[in-house]
Amino acid sequence: MQNLQMQLLQLLQEDCRLPLEKLATMTGATMEEVAAAIEKMEDDGVILRYSPVINWDKTDRERVEAMIEVRVTPQRDQGFDAIAKRVYRFDEVKSVYLMSGAYDLLLLVEAHTLKELAYFVHTKLSTLEHVTGTATHFVLKRYKSDGVIFEGKNDDKRLVVTA
Amino acid sequence: MSLDASRYLNPDIVAVPKSGIRKFFDVAATMPGAISLGVGEPDFVTPYHIRNAAIDSLLDGETQYTSNWGLLSLREEIAYYMETRFQLKYDPKNEILVTVGASEGIDLSLRVLLNPGDEVLIPEPSYVSYAPGVIFAGGKPVPMPTYEKDAFVLTPEAVEAAVTPRTKAIILPYPNTPTGAVLGKEQLEKLAEIFIRRDLIVISDEIYAELSYGAPHVSIATLPGMHERTIVLNGFSKSFAMTGWRMGYICAPAAFCDVMCKIHQYTILCAPRQGQVAAEQALRRGREDGYQDVKTMRESYDQRRRLMVSAFRDMGLTCFEPLGAFYVFPGIKNTGLTSEVFCERLLREQKVVAVPGTAFGHSGEGHIRCSYATGLNKLQEALERMAKFVKAL
Repeated sequence: MQNLQMQLLQLLQEDCRLPLEKLATMTGATMEEVAAAIEKMEDDGVILRYSPVINWDKTDRERVEAMIEVRVTPQRDQGFDAIAKRVYRFDEVKSVYLMSGAYDLLLLVEAHTLKELAYFVHTKLSTLEHVTGTATHFVLKRYKSDGVIFEGKNDDKRLVVTA
Repeated sequence: MSLDASRYLNPDIVAVPKSGIRKFFDVAATMPGAISLGVGEPDFVTPYHIRNAAIDSLLDGETQYTSNWGLLSLREEIAYYMETRFQLKYDPKNEILVTVGASEGIDLSLRVLLNPGDEVLIPEPSYVSYAPGVIFAGGKPVPMPTYEKDAFVLTPEAVEAAVTPRTKAIILPYPNTPTGAVLGKEQLEKLAEIFIRRDLIVISDEIYAELSYGAPHVSIATLPGMHERTIVLNGFSKSFAMTGWRMGYICAPAAFCDVMCKIHQYTILCAPRQGQVAAEQALRRGREDGYQDVKTMRESYDQRRRLMVSAFRDMGLTCFEPLGAFYVFPGIKNTGLTSEVFCERLLREQKVVAVPGTAFGHSGEGHIRCSYATGLNKLQEALERMAKFVKAL
């Protein structure tokens, strides 16, 4: 991928509210070039969404998260894709990964309450055809996500003025 | 009755003024919400694999002295790095000395070269330690002013005007703090001709070599006839974000290194072992992955550099484009304020710290030094505040 695109991705990942003008200045490209590169990456599905990283623990919202390991029987001609599709359509499911190792799919599932999450597992997920077993791990605390450290302040340890 | 210390202290050393930077530090440090563009070190933390190497070394009980010269394995990495990155060939056995920061390198090279009264040429504005270092070594610093109209490049004319029969050496600090100026190959060739003709030793402080944004850095020691008369200073602080580790090194012909190692041996013994282990890890990983750590940081600085230059020009300040280090040195003459007053008022009125150009020598008047080694969000906020400040003048 071109250097301009890589630079834009890195800058937008850090702050997706940077205006075109600043992106152009910082990369040394023109505004038109930057706009075209971003549009192309949006069209190609490289950039899917511009969203903030949120620490929900600091909000009032009640929320339960779990990582769920799922064992499935792959299907002829479709492998794991068909069953993955069945799973990721549930609103509760935030992420789905196909894994190597002891199980097949790893889901990040989110619900408002423990009861709601349990209900999802035992009535929606476990009962799906081709799902042969699940193991649910509740998230107790999130320390770091998407490269952002959640706890404590990342304060500057440098002296204010140095030569 | 207390002792009158002044009767005992060396008046030449007492007379050296304290760094002009200090004053701003004291005010800014106690001001909540202040954003500092006065920091002369990377905003990155040392990459984790480097820190981890030092931790492992401690856990393994590596707590002993090393060779005076530094670990041979580290010197071998330095030799490889200098040759592949900058085409400089030094023998790791007797031409590379590991020091406590490049700062020790400045001190050692001046001390082994200077006889009382010897003159040392120093481009101005420059890093604050050179002139005091010359005085501490018994020499006489001779400033050579550089100007914005020349992109703060040291000109042959400035050297010719300053050189005398007493001139022993010249300090060549490029890429430069505070200006961000760099010297290209052609400019170096013109200077080298004078250095050879006037028989000067060059102390080339290349600590910012990796932070060059235009053409790759060229060391004067690569030019014909210069290797034998150049002492190259470098270190890990800026390129690998390792300021607090205090790890530097000197590369020079064996005859120079040998004498410098003598002072180092009797005064320092050796650079701290864990710093050496960490430095070795930095270079070894770099050799394997094409210096990815340095590349990532350089690209990020480069983006912020462009943002700064553009923002200062938008404010109506003059701003020559710096091609090295992580500073911009905008001109503030058209505001009618002196550098010092500009910085004082900027701090008081908008809580932004910049360093007056005069802290780096008289010819820095009319400029301020702003570091862009600061997070993008803070940098943008600082620039907005400065724009407000300049507009209200």
